[in-house]
Amino acid sequence: MNALALPTRREEAWRYSDLDAVASAWPVAAPTRIDVAADAHADHHLLQDAADGAVAVHDYVVTVADGGHCAFHLLNIGGRLGRVTFDVTLGKGSHFELHGAIIGGGEQMLEIVTSVTHALPDATSGQTVRSILGGHATGNYLGSINVARDAQRTDAFQSIKAMLLDRTASANAKPELEIYADDVKCAHGATVGELDKAALFYMASRGMDPATAKTLLLKAFVAGVFVDMTDEVLRERFEQAALAKLGTLV
Amino acid sequence: MLTIDNLANEIDGKPILKGLSLTINAGEVHAIMGPNGAGKSTLAYTLGGRPGYAVTGGSATFDGADLLDMEPHERAAAGLFLGFQYPVEIPGVSNLQFLRESLNSQRKARGQEPLSGGDFIKLAKEKAALLGLDMDMLKRPVNVGFSGGEKKRAEMVQMGILDPKLAILDETDSGLDIDALKIVGAGINAIMRKPDKAVLLITHYQRLLDYVQPDFVHVLAAGRIVKSGGPELALELEREGYAEVLAA
Repeated sequence: MNALALPTRREEAWRYSDLDAVASAWPVAAPTRIDVAADAHADHHLLQDAADGAVAVHDYVVTVADGGHCAFHLLNIGGRLGRVTFDVTLGKGSHFELHGAIIGGGEQMLEIVTSVTHALPDATSGQTVRSILGGHATGNYLGSINVARDAQRTDAFQSIKAMLLDRTASANAKPELEIYADDVKCAHGATVGELDKAALFYMASRGMDPATAKTLLLKAFVAGVFVDMTDEVLRERFEQAALAKLGTLV
Repeated sequence: MLTIDNLANEIDGKPILKGLSLTINAGEVHAIMGPNGAGKSTLAYTLGGRPGYAVTGGSATFDGADLLDMEPHERAAAGLFLGFQYPVEIPGVSNLQFLRESLNSQRKARGQEPLSGGDFIKLAKEKAALLGLDMDMLKRPVNVGFSGGEKKRAEMVQMGILDPKLAILDETDSGLDIDALKIVGAGINAIMRKPDKAVLLITHYQRLLDYVQPDFVHVLAAGRIVKSGGPELALELEREGYAEVLAA
């Protein structure tokens, strides 16, 4: 495949994307490389809050060497198209975790695409993604876990949950497992739901106005995503940005 | 304080309340008893404004205002408290956060300044102690992992903090053992037995009424109040059963 060729919908990773938006920004920047050395520990993050109407595409190619540990925190809220992809290759006994939140409104299309390859034994990986979508926004998560024949005792999970605030918003979740080893634990779950009406009435019955009640429930829904960020200043910045974005949706 | 006149409603097109009338004055405690399916919980939810409980006739006036015209949160700000038979669990939202946001929403609606964090914690501690609920419980998510009794006690702590004018308590006694019943009963008396407040207790059983003595007891059957009396009516119901009393 020519790296400079425009993607088409036939390619799995672009299945739900906004190809017109991508075309307007093509060619996108080269991927960012993250190489985590053996037994090293790395924390990375991205707050994708591009201006309204902008097209933001961020691609990461991550390799974690034997015994290495990599955590990535992502808040994907900006632009007309906000697309963040991860192509991860794991060494023996290494670990990768992605904690992602998507919050979108208006006509936004926000997506996270992951491909995690367990190339060698004893590695662990996890992707947790929480999406909140209002207006006519679309949130996509496409995630594949690929376990090579030698990658015994792989332990991988995906937890994908989306919350739709309006009938006109949509969410796509597409987990995909490709497993060639036989001693493997791969768990994945995906749900798409709405705000709990019983909880909203309970809150209203205590005097909470609807906007406050919704914001509180949505905050609780995404709260777990940033909770283990080690840098407190950074965590606060992510939480504030998420909250501000939520404020535009309820 | 509350005047319900000929109230009728339906749920999913099915009539439940069929012309219910009831007047509650400040300083009074009323109990509504009745067999399963009489419309007791429907009355509570309708007064609280739960979506789906469409009013088809009659009126309800609360302190001179049209109660049925208000949104649920406006009813709370006006001083109405609804005790839930099945309190709702809200994962990820702590009781303290829930109550502080609720109280300050109410205060805002009434044109009052929000309560400071310190003052709020002081108030929460005082009310939790009144109901024998550990403050640590209030740091946990709303009703998540609480036993039936803890949920009901937590509801009464909510009532204490929100300090309503009128409490409508829907089977607050269900799921309580005798000790918890005593504590909850004492809590209701301490918080609500005041000349400017009123209580409507909805219950199946006489036992809560041993601890919170009603001034009036009403029997609700088939969507209407069919009999009213003093505390002795509850004892009569307990002794003889609904069928017997209603037939008399």
